[in-house]
Amino acid sequence: MKFLKLFFTILIIFTFNGLKADEIKLQNKITKNLRCLICQGQSVYDSDSEFAISLKLLVKNKIEDDLTEDQIYELLIKKYGDWILYDPKLNKNTYFLWFLPLLIFLFGGAIVFKKLIKIKR
Amino acid sequence: MSNRIIYFLLIIFFIFVYVTFYKGLNKSNLYTPNSNEMSIPEFSSKTLFKKKIFNTKKIFNKEKFYLLNIWASWCVPCRDEHPFLINLGKNKKIEIIGLNYKDDHNNAKKFINELGNPYSIILLDRSGTKAIELGAIGVPETFLIHKNKIIKRYFGPLNSKLIEEIESYIR
Repeated sequence: MKFLKLFFTILIIFTFNGLKADEIKLQNKITKNLRCLICQGQSVYDSDSEFAISLKLLVKNKIEDDLTEDQIYELLIKKYGDWILYDPKLNKNTYFLWFLPLLIFLFGGAIVFKKLIKIKR
Repeated sequence: MSNRIIYFLLIIFFIFVYVTFYKGLNKSNLYTPNSNEMSIPEFSSKTLFKKKIFNTKKIFNKEKFYLLNIWASWCVPCRDEHPFLINLGKNKKIEIIGLNYKDDHNNAKKFINELGNPYSIILLDRSGTKAIELGAIGVPETFLIHKNKIIKRYFGPLNSKLIEEIESYIR
């Protein structure tokens, strides 16, 4: 009986551990996508500046408050602008950025298509 | 015919590159965040000298101007801007609130005792998260607040020119 109790206690502790691990995973995912604004060319995840340390803590707190990833991004964009995200959201400033690869792809496709028609003839 | 098109595309490409780089020349490579956060986040905090806990909702609600200054005793530029704050503190139309950022309690007290206290309240931010809620990136940073809205942000230390600007707002 005693053994069973101990077994279940350990089992419960480990389940909570799993939850925590998920949280840390999400926190890392978010902070890797955040640009450290005062250290050039580093993500918040990589940086150990005062700003980055605080921001990591803030993200952790927000995750604990049950905010989703997008909600956290939205919140930070409101405070710091789009620049804080490495992965820019689609808006009127980034249309060009997002659709340029597609345009190039279509353009290349058109050239190939034209050549193929030429060869067929 | 095909030669002409290539020639034409090449010229367009070079014009595009030229315009892009020319525009880039005028852009400052110093980052200033363009924050849309104009409201003051609600948080409660202990203060440096008083035992009472203050809530931001209750601090900024009067019909006057507030200057929220984020500072720390370990921050060297804060030392430089401190005399300006003390001078500005003599103006009765504005109330200066301090936010002590990631600081040691005793060092902060020493800093104030040494250089004087322009602040009516000094809130504490040990973790640095409150500064982030305000949209700050470091110390020193100053916010001019009126009617519960942030109307102006200053990154870095204040100087006589910026103080003049603040005074022109509150006149």
